[in-house]
Amino acid sequence: MTSGQIEIQLIAVVVAVACALPGTFLVLRRLALVSDAISHSILLGIVLGFFVVGNVNSPVLLLGAALVGLATVVLVQVLERTGLVKEDAAIGLVFPALFSIGVILISRYADGVHLDIDAVLLGELAFAPFDRLEFWGWDWGPVSLVVMSAILAVNVAAITLFWKELKLSTFDPALAIALGFTPALVQYALMGLVSLTAVGAFDAVGSILVVALMIAPPAAAYLLTDSLPRLLVLAAAIGAASAIGGYWLAYALDASIAGAMATMTGVAFALAWLFAPGRGLVAAARRRARQKLEFAQTMLAIHLANHEGRPEAVEESRVDHLDRHLRWDADFALRIVRLAERRGLVASDGLRLSLTQAGRELAADALAR
Amino acid sequence: MLDLFDDYTLRTVALGSAALGLTSGALGSFAVLRRQSLLGDAISHAALPGVAVAFLLTGSKAPLVLVAGAALAGFLGTLLVMGVVRTTRVKYDTALGIVLSVFFGFGLVLLTFIQRRPDASQAGLDRFLFGQAAGLLRRDLLTMAILGGLALAVMLLVWKELKLLAFDPDFGASLGFPIRALDILLTSLLVVAIVIGLQTVGVVLMAAMMIAPFAAARQWSDRLGVAIGLAAAFGALAGVVGSVLSSEAERLPTGPTIVLCATAITLISLVFATRRGLFWQSLRGRRDRRRLRLAAVLADLLALEEQHPDAGRGHSAAVLSVMSGGALSSLEELERRGYVRRLDADEWQLTDAGRQRASR
Repeated sequence: MTSGQIEIQLIAVVVAVACALPGTFLVLRRLALVSDAISHSILLGIVLGFFVVGNVNSPVLLLGAALVGLATVVLVQVLERTGLVKEDAAIGLVFPALFSIGVILISRYADGVHLDIDAVLLGELAFAPFDRLEFWGWDWGPVSLVVMSAILAVNVAAITLFWKELKLSTFDPALAIALGFTPALVQYALMGLVSLTAVGAFDAVGSILVVALMIAPPAAAYLLTDSLPRLLVLAAAIGAASAIGGYWLAYALDASIAGAMATMTGVAFALAWLFAPGRGLVAAARRRARQKLEFAQTMLAIHLANHEGRPEAVEESRVDHLDRHLRWDADFALRIVRLAERRGLVASDGLRLSLTQAGRELAADALAR
Repeated sequence: MLDLFDDYTLRTVALGSAALGLTSGALGSFAVLRRQSLLGDAISHAALPGVAVAFLLTGSKAPLVLVAGAALAGFLGTLLVMGVVRTTRVKYDTALGIVLSVFFGFGLVLLTFIQRRPDASQAGLDRFLFGQAAGLLRRDLLTMAILGGLALAVMLLVWKELKLLAFDPDFGASLGFPIRALDILLTSLLVVAIVIGLQTVGVVLMAAMMIAPFAAARQWSDRLGVAIGLAAAFGALAGVVGSVLSSEAERLPTGPTIVLCATAITLISLVFATRRGLFWQSLRGRRDRRRLRLAAVLADLLALEEQHPDAGRGHSAAVLSVMSGGALSSLEELERRGYVRRLDADEWQLTDAGRQRASR
């Protein structure tokens, strides 16, 4: 690996972790699509900031963009409060409008500057190591690595400091109000973090990847754990793994790094969806299959108990008659009988079945419930 | 504006944008009603890899091929959203966000992969990203018109069922309507409306064209048929005005201009729509507050006169102000209406009409 490759992966990992932390709270608060809105409308903030300072590399741009990101959230809430449109429609009205204004401003007044829309939306991580931060005669590393590390530090600090407030207002906003907290304030602070992170990240990876990194890793982690601290750590880890996997996928295909990283977050979510212990599709299917067999054994025990000691028991307890009495096909019936024998529920003399004491108890227990 | 009838290119673009606005305005209405406004955003982003795969498989850039690819991918994306929501505890908005960003990212991988292949024949695919109305050709227009017309015809055919789906799906299911199938049908119609618009306004802005027209139309009517008709008209209007504006002015990209026109229509509707509009709401609020204030002062004056029955003596505005605040202007208004009379500089008394009204 060249040092450039290492730096790109380092940036990618830092961006992924920085996005996953506030993203976790967005997912928990059902605000996932706010990241979509913010990451688009910050384009306008960057353009406006550019008009003010006339320079695309100034930190003022970041500030302007973060403010417009917050303004997006405020506008959405103002629209929603009128009661004339629902929240989802309000989001869908605000961010395309702000994005459109940004695009029009760029194409009319900032054409030719390094402010092209492709770069904003899609990002180009491959060029990040060339833009270096140098002062006091020292090379401090790529600008985006320094900026994103700072933002990551802010996110970690904010989440640690306001842990209690965030947790409470996320899971029980009503209780938070009753205890004297102001969930609205927490909400805006969180949106501020999201804006800041989106602004910092979009420069390196583009706004669509910001959405992917904020939502998909926390959603995957959400399928794997029930504890908030573990959720945050897992989301960060899944994000980082997707970032590195995405880099090498892009390397292999010679394709967009940001796109490949987004793809890998999707793969990570798909894996969690399929294989999450207890909750994944595979686990659910296996549970259903097991329950079906257990239920069938109980049915067999009840059937035998029903006819035990009666004249018809001779007929009813024949293995090859189960298909008629319980409407099972012969293979299934044989399989259930074997399972029940192994569990010690029934005993068989090759042709007829009889209940053991355990089987009798199971049947009585199931009927009593 | 005259150019609209002479200029061939402009006419094509304006007609195309009108068709797009009409279809997405009408079909987007159902998405907004069902609180799935941002489904359009997810579908349009999800369509991108479909375009790339269609091109990779066929090597063709015919609009019908690319649109079919886009539609399939958009449809697949929607099914995944439904699947995730049904089988996991992940919520709808998160599922939309995942599908939106992951499909788009994958589309980006494919597009860059295609671009870097030696046979650089991919030019034109990336217009799906940002839209390029100026590049609309007659064959695009034909594709858009036929697909949009079909989608609208199906919508009218199953109008009653869609209405039920939008307002009370549980009741619909209890009546025996196949709600799941209808859901999928409506989604397919949305997908068609979206892929029609993609090459004109692009992936990012398509969401606005699904939402803004109905958000505007909803303010003008409480009847579904009227509102959807209006939404279609608003969408078409935004399309035509936006595309004409962007061709008249220099360097005014079409997609964003159309979206801003649609947003402007929505803002105007939110403020000035009859009955629901914010402007009328605030007028009504002010009138109601004034009426209440007048009634309060009148009632206070009656109470005072009943407590102090020594007839002929009036009561001062200051006393009344203590009781319900800012009484002087209300008293003057009441005097104009003949409910109170001024005995002295600051002494007020109910007239007979006023007494009657106050004790009513």
